[in-house]
This record gives sequence, structure tokens and C-alpha cells, in this order.
Amino acid sequence: FYLTNVRTVLFFRAVESQNEGQCSPVDSLWRRYSEFELLRNYLLVTFPHIVVPPLPEKRADFVWHKLSADNMDPDFVERRRIGLENFLLRVASHPVLCQDKIFYSFLTQEGGWKEMVNETGFQLKADSRLKALNATFRVKNPDKRFTELKHYSDELQSVISHLLRVRARVADRLYGVYKVHGNYGRVFSEWSAIEKEMGDGLQSAGHHMDVYAASIDDILEEEEHYADQLKEYLFYAEALRAVCRKHELMQYDLEMAAQDLTSKKQQCEELATGTVRTFSLKGMTSKLFGQETPEQREAKIKVLEEQIQEGEEQLKSKNLEGRDFVKSAWADIERFKEQKNHDLKEALISYAVMQISMCKKGIQVWTNAKECFSKM
Amino acid sequence: FLTSEFDLPEYSVRRRYQDFDWLRNKLEESQPTHLIPPLPEKFVVKGVVDRFSEEFVETRRKALDKFLKRITDHPVLSFNEHFNVFLTAKDLNAYKKQGMALLSKMGESVKYVTGGYKLRSRPLEFAAIGEYLDTFSLKLGTIDRIAQRIIKEQLEYLVELREYGPIYSTWSGLEVELSEPLEGVSACIGNCCTALEELSEDMTDDFLPVLREYILYSESMKNVLKKRDQVQAEYEAKLEAVALKKEDRPKVPTDVEKCQDRVECFNADLKADMERWQNNKRQDFRQLLMGMADKNIQYYEKCLTAWESIIPLLQDKPETK
Repeated sequence: FYLTNVRTVLFFRAVESQNEGQCSPVDSLWRRYSEFELLRNYLLVTFPHIVVPPLPEKRADFVWHKLSADNMDPDFVERRRIGLENFLLRVASHPVLCQDKIFYSFLTQEGGWKEMVNETGFQLKADSRLKALNATFRVKNPDKRFTELKHYSDELQSVISHLLRVRARVADRLYGVYKVHGNYGRVFSEWSAIEKEMGDGLQSAGHHMDVYAASIDDILEEEEHYADQLKEYLFYAEALRAVCRKHELMQYDLEMAAQDLTSKKQQCEELATGTVRTFSLKGMTSKLFGQETPEQREAKIKVLEEQIQEGEEQLKSKNLEGRDFVKSAWADIERFKEQKNHDLKEALISYAVMQISMCKKGIQVWTNAKECFSKM
Repeated sequence: FLTSEFDLPEYSVRRRYQDFDWLRNKLEESQPTHLIPPLPEKFVVKGVVDRFSEEFVETRRKALDKFLKRITDHPVLSFNEHFNVFLTAKDLNAYKKQGMALLSKMGESVKYVTGGYKLRSRPLEFAAIGEYLDTFSLKLGTIDRIAQRIIKEQLEYLVELREYGPIYSTWSGLEVELSEPLEGVSACIGNCCTALEELSEDMTDDFLPVLREYILYSESMKNVLKKRDQVQAEYEAKLEAVALKKEDRPKVPTDVEKCQDRVECFNADLKADMERWQNNKRQDFRQLLMGMADKNIQYYEKCLTAWESIIPLLQDKPETK
């Protein structure tokens, strides 16, 4: 299954002027959905402090009965194409992500792109799911803002899925209401056949009922775009959570390193002073089986001191890393919040406009029918 | 009890449904050549319809009111003695009992009852009326079913909408800048729900009963056509009997003449009533269907107002604090 993306070419031309790229422009590229997934995974690992734009759904979800749940359905395929285009536009308009070379090659380099991505070895840098889960449970002092953000994204995900599910049901019911009116068209026509004065009025009113029944198809097709806009932010919630998870992981790492350092310092102190402050098996065994020689102790202390120095340096850099991460992540999160508020407002406005259009169409049809009835 | 008050200021009487039923029967008996308007259905299934609900009582009242108006507008029926008594008598029951006694004496009810005569062929114009009524009541039945189905679908749509709107409200609680817009959408959907509920109620209360009334009307009219056939059959049978006697001077005896009169009267009355009925029917349906269109227009206008009013709210840029 291949997708063409004609818009890619236009975009490429815009970027080309910014970069001094020597690549010869490609007219069009073929990219599979799986390559988009690979690109996104690469971006997630390479830019963990960025809220990475989501991909559109792979399989049709939140369908109402008329809409095909078939992934091969042309309408679904078209909407997914638009979603992928949107993904690329999001990445391209991101101040950090758009600079990435792998992204650039995705847009410009036909062959060997996959190999290029794999050569970066990004998969090795990826944090294991298990590690991340462990960190989430055990971290003691995460930045409160991230904790709040995580709760927010959980709730956002929950509320948008609920909204999409019910919207699909609403669409289904509305479809039924409109379609039943089509039956009026037929019966008015049949009735008009036995009437003299009433005949014409009934017949033409029946035609308007048919128009009314047919109008729902376009109305609901348009509404799908609104649903797609909501879906993007449903998936964005997961991207937000990924950033929070990264913070928790780094914070946990930091806490563990600090804890390790403290314990080593303590060990060192104990060895140096000969006092055992805390119970340790080693302490016990040395009491039972005899103490170490002073030389052995000295050696141990030296090793520990080296480790402590290393540890302190590492802790310093981890601390710095952590603070940098928080700073840059939060900056992107603020950028994201503004984007979200703007986009969702636009989505709500377009939804209201759709509803207004639907109402106006309804008024038009029924006014026409009323006029036909008045001529009866 | 349903009270009716009429133009004559001295008369204010109380009547029950069964009194209306009695009146209609009396009119059918005493004016068999005329089309008597229908009453709303006598029996309603218990449990399905609440006979004491405001909507049911109001719907019935309107139908009974229409029944009386149609009789009042009829040039012959409006002068009927039973009708006059119905409108004026303080004690209708006494009159009813009295009527029964008189009946047995005068044999009023048997006036037009004819023995099982069979009509060979219905005259074209009455056959046409019969066919028209058959198709007409069939189509009305279909429209009734469609209207009921629409109401059902609308109510199911309403159920989903009532869950849909509040979700925006929940979301609004999670947001800061989007809080007002989301709450606005929630309220808007709520307004649409109210409008839809009103539309469905109106259709149930005002549209469906009139359809059903006309279906009943058609049924009673078909019965009058059958009675007409009977009268004609009796005449033709008697006429034939005379012709078979083969007398020197085939004079038509008086009772055959009477039969002929009856047939001609019946035909004339029925034709006149049919014409009146067709005209009234056209006006009634014009009004009914225009009303239906109106209600739908009003529904969409209410929704339109709701959605248009939140556009400025959605576009509003909050003051940066």
C-alpha cells in the first residue's frame, strides 16, 4: 500500500531556499505509512523534550455505521492522506524539528532513507518501556508542573475519546432522521396521483423531501473533518505524556545517582573511621571472620574515593541535563499549549459554522415545501 | 368531563365522550344519506396512552371541538334535532331514554334499513369515490407510519444529544483559555435539544391526530357508500319484480316510486357532501402540512439562533493578563 503526497513537492521547494542543500529536487516521493512511523519514532527518541506531532490513525476508529470501517475505503484513505500531510506540515513548521537532517531526507531522498535512519542507531537510545514505568512509580520529586501536565493529558484523552464516540452515535441517529423523510417523497407522489387541486402541490413538496433526505450525506462527510481535528489532539495527549515520562525517567535517574553517591560516601566514611553505622552483611562477616588488613582497607577507600569523584561529576552533569531538559521541554509545552488553544478554537468555530449551514439548509427546504403546500 | 360553551349565551352544558358517541350514532341513524364527521377513537390501549395526561385530554378536546364545528358548518346536519338537544339540554340522559321509547314506536331507526339486496354494479361516479377513498386512506396510513417513525428517530437522536452536550462541559473544566468556548458549545447543544423536544411533541400532539381522524372519516364514508348501494339495490330489485309481472298497463306502484325517490335523494345528498368534504379536506390538509413545515422551520430557526449566538464567543480573544 503506497501513498503519493504531491504537497510534499511544494513544501520541499520552500525549504530548499532556506537550506543550501545540493540535492537535486525530486518530483514526487513514495512513502509508506510504516516509514512515517519510523520517522516519528526517530523524532521521539532524538528530541525527547519536544511534543512530537502525532500520526493519523492507521485503522479507522470511532466510525458511525454508514461510514465504512474498511481501511481500504476511499474516503478513509483520503482523510488519512490529509492527516499525514498535516503531520509533515506540523513537523516542518516546528522551529526545532524542521532542522533535522533525517526529516529533510525523508522529504527529499528517495532511496536509502530507511538505512540512513537505522544507521543513526536511535533505537539503541530509546528508553525501555519497563524502565520508564518503573521510574514513574518510584520517582520521589518530579517537577510538579509535569505531574499536573500528565494528569491533564490523561483527562484530555479520556474526554476527547468519549466525545468522539458519542459524536459518532449522534451522527448515526441524525442520518436516520433525515433518511426517513425520503419516504414522504414517495408517498406524496403516489397520493398526488389521485388528487386534482392538491396534486401539484403534493408532488413538488415530495421532491423537496427527497432533497432534504439526500442532504445529510454531505453534511456528515464535512463533520468528519471536525472529528479528525479532535482526533489529532487526542493523539497529541500521548505525545505530552511521553515528554512527562522522559522527565520522570531523568529525575528518577538523578535521584538514584544521588542515592548511590550518598551510600558510597557513607561506606567510605565507615571504612575510614572503622565505625559501622548501619548494619551491613559485610560488617557482620568481617566481625565473624576477622577484620581486613589496613592495606586492604586503604585500597578499598581509594577505589571508593575515585568512584565518589566520578559520581559527583556525573551527578553534576545529570543535574544540568535535568534542568536543561525541564527548561526546553517546558518551552515547547508552552508553544504547544498556544497551538492547541488556537487550533481547537478554530475547530469549534468551523463546527459551529457547519451547524449553522445545516440549519440554514433545513430552513430553506422546509420553506420550499411549505410554499408547495400553500398551493394545494 | 368536557365542557362546551356555545354562541347562545343561555346555554352552557356539560358533555361526556359517550354523549358525543350517542350524538354521532343518532346522526348516522337520522341522516343516513349524509357524511357524518368522525370522533376521535373511543378506546385507547391502557398503559400505552395516559388517558389522564394533559396532552391526551387536549388532543381529544380539539378533535371533539372539530367534530361539532363540522356539524355546525353542514347545511343539513346543523339543523338536526338531536344536535340541537345535544347543545342545549340540561339533562341529556333523560332525552336519551325518551328517545329510545319513541324509537320503538316510530321505528325511526329502521327507516333506511333495507333487506339484503345485492347491487349489480355501482354507478361510475360512486365507484370512483369508493376507489378514491380506498387509496386515500391507504396513503394516509403510510404517512401516519412515516411520521411515527420520524418521531421515534428524533427521540433516539435526542437521547444521544443529551449525552453529547455535557461532554463539552466536562472538557471545559479541564481547560483555561478554551473553557468559555467549550461551555458555550455545551449550552448550545442543550438549546437544540429543547427545540427538538418541542418539535417532536408538536408533531405527536397536532399532526398525528388529524391524520388518524381522516382515516376514520374515510372508513365511515365507505360505509355510507355501501348504504347507498343497498338503497339502489332495493329499488332495482323491486323494479325488476314489477317488470316480470307482465301486466297490461305496466304502471309503477307507489312503493317502487318511493324507492326511486330514496335513491335519487341519497345520490344527491352524497354528491353534495362529497364535494363539500373534498373542499374541506383540501383546506384541512393544506393547513396541516403547512403547519408541519412551519414547525420544522421553527425548530431550525431556534437551532440557528443558538449557534449564531456563540460564534462571537468562540472568536473572542481573551485579554492577556
